[in-house]
Amino acid sequence: MTVQELPGAAAYRPTPPPAWRPRTDPAPLLPDPEPFRVLGTGAELDRPLMLKLYAELVRGRRFNAQATALTKQGRLAVYPSSTGQEACEVAAALALEERDWLFPSYRDTLAAVARGLDPVQALTLLRGDWHTGYDPREHRIAPLCTPLATQLPHAVGLAHAARLKGDDVVALALVGDGGTSEGDFHEALNFAAVWQAPVVFLVQNNGFAISVPLAKQTAAPSLAHKAVGYGMPGRLVDGNDAPAVHQVLSEAIGRARRGGGPTLIEAVTYRMEAHTNADDATRYRGSAEVDAWREHDPIRLLEGELTARGLIDEDGIRAAAEAAETMAAALREQMNAEPALNPMDLFAEVYTAQSGQLREQAAQLRAELEAEAR
Amino acid sequence: MTTATDKKPATMAQALQRAMRDAMAEDPTVHVLGEDVGTLGGVFRVTDGLAKEFGEDRCTDTPLAEAGILGTAVGMAMYGLRPVVEMQFDAFAYPAFEQLISHVAKMRNRTRGAMAMPIVVRVPYGGGIGGVEHHSDSSEAYYMATPGLKVVTPATVEDAYGLLREAIADDDPVVFLEPKRLYWSKSDWSPEDPAPVEPIGRAVVRRPGSSATLLTYGPSLPVCLEAAEAAREEGWDLEVVDLRSLVPFDDETVCASVRRTGRAVVVHESAGFGGPGGEIAARVTERCFHHLEAPVLRVAGFDIPYPPPMLEKHHLPGVDRVLDAVARLQWEAEH
Repeated sequence: MTVQELPGAAAYRPTPPPAWRPRTDPAPLLPDPEPFRVLGTGAELDRPLMLKLYAELVRGRRFNAQATALTKQGRLAVYPSSTGQEACEVAAALALEERDWLFPSYRDTLAAVARGLDPVQALTLLRGDWHTGYDPREHRIAPLCTPLATQLPHAVGLAHAARLKGDDVVALALVGDGGTSEGDFHEALNFAAVWQAPVVFLVQNNGFAISVPLAKQTAAPSLAHKAVGYGMPGRLVDGNDAPAVHQVLSEAIGRARRGGGPTLIEAVTYRMEAHTNADDATRYRGSAEVDAWREHDPIRLLEGELTARGLIDEDGIRAAAEAAETMAAALREQMNAEPALNPMDLFAEVYTAQSGQLREQAAQLRAELEAEAR
Repeated sequence: MTTATDKKPATMAQALQRAMRDAMAEDPTVHVLGEDVGTLGGVFRVTDGLAKEFGEDRCTDTPLAEAGILGTAVGMAMYGLRPVVEMQFDAFAYPAFEQLISHVAKMRNRTRGAMAMPIVVRVPYGGGIGGVEHHSDSSEAYYMATPGLKVVTPATVEDAYGLLREAIADDDPVVFLEPKRLYWSKSDWSPEDPAPVEPIGRAVVRRPGSSATLLTYGPSLPVCLEAAEAAREEGWDLEVVDLRSLVPFDDETVCASVRRTGRAVVVHESAGFGGPGGEIAARVTERCFHHLEAPVLRVAGFDIPYPPPMLEKHHLPGVDRVLDAVARLQWEAEH
């Protein structure tokens, strides 16, 4: 039966779907075609901020090196290094206000430290003497999150709760390129946009999810483009250009704080070291690629620019290096001390009040410990 | 003054709604969120009227994504709210498992008590309502196997109100399993003067008896009570214990009953293999061995995917299956 043969065909008038309307104009949400950069563009630089970024980058690089060394000495169970990604880590910490919240992944110890968290507390998870070594509310840093992208909906929920309460608090959530494939990434961005939550998502696209390159992770034009599907702006930034990352983050955080809703930022960077000390990166990438990124190192870029523009001299560079050494020496000393362990802590804080079941098991462990001690 | 005449028939669904309503009225940090919980009042109408009374910021229709619902609830709890999350059906709660297991259950412990997760996850569960696939699962064993969660299930109208109020006030995360087929069960109940109930962590003897103990919960409680009545004809006086709180588990009440009767059958809809009955039978056997006249038996759902609605009656433990198990409790050995 053709349309013409349908009953009432004479009155047939094709109409569009009645309920459909465009929800938003996608054009303003689209990321720029090239990653945003500050260094090398002649843009004006705020010297105190640049010196702060530089000092933190140098300190951060030294922190990464020291933590990696501590794994080799058996002082850390594992360390996922952010060497090469320090610009993102440091800018994330510095772009936030005191009252804001940071939601780090397991590779973002440095961001937590740059935000002011005690390095030993920050490394608790990776040392292995407990899971989260700090009170998240004290520095407003959520626990370093291992299950990929699962911290993103937390950031959305917290930001939403803050907004409902009338607080001008912003949540900044960090995730990697691999994490963008997870369902929680999708759900978090969707909730954030629907609720217009004051949250900023920073994707550190470091090229690899352990061994899997981005090409096997996504067919999107860029990770920043994913924002458009949710109805939020996507920004693309050179993740090794610390002033650029800081600027893009600051703009997105300011926008969120003013009620403008969430932003997705993709920072293009590179993981200079293996996934962790337990990984062998030579199995999946060549040295030429690593060397190319070494030329685009975040410290090298900023130091070159500041030197060329006379914003830092050799004394300034030396002072930053010395401060980093002092931090590393203190960290070594603290981490070389054996952590205080109390096996009975295993049964604490599983519930608000210990259940009878756990009391029985705690008694069993206590008896075993006493027998060992005899 | 409250009198007995103030009590009117109320359904479990109404009592649950009232529990959330009263908690929201008392505590502005209590927020309800889930799929269809706002304008519609939930597919079972358990959140009926909450959005109207408290506004959509307090009772929120979320996007359709369970991990997102529970994940954002975690963030809300981090900021000091007390989220009450509705999972629309048992099997639709599975996308939220990672949030539940890796974050909700562990947050207090991993932060050494610094960050509690006062979240209630309401899950309509179980079969017997003629639902098509994915609408009738008994998922309690998954939750019970996760340290850090409390797992609670009411079987009466009074408990529905009392346990949900307590769950919302609890600083620990509570998976609150609502037996779907009891949503419309009724009791004379006064919302203005709700009867106090035993706290989370306590089981209750619903029917005292001396011959054997039926250990059950949620949707199987009415089945066991009916079986106990029918058993009188056989000369058995069965005690029925409503477990109510699967985690924490009330060994004391359960074992006191089994020591008294010397025989026990665990009854639940959940699959038997790896199900709650195995844990319960083991606990009873470990603690009451010398009082037992027979092995602890289990009457459970078969170890099969939940059946289609036209066949579910063969799967669900019914009165006859319970009585058959009671008959196998080695009575002849006594004489």
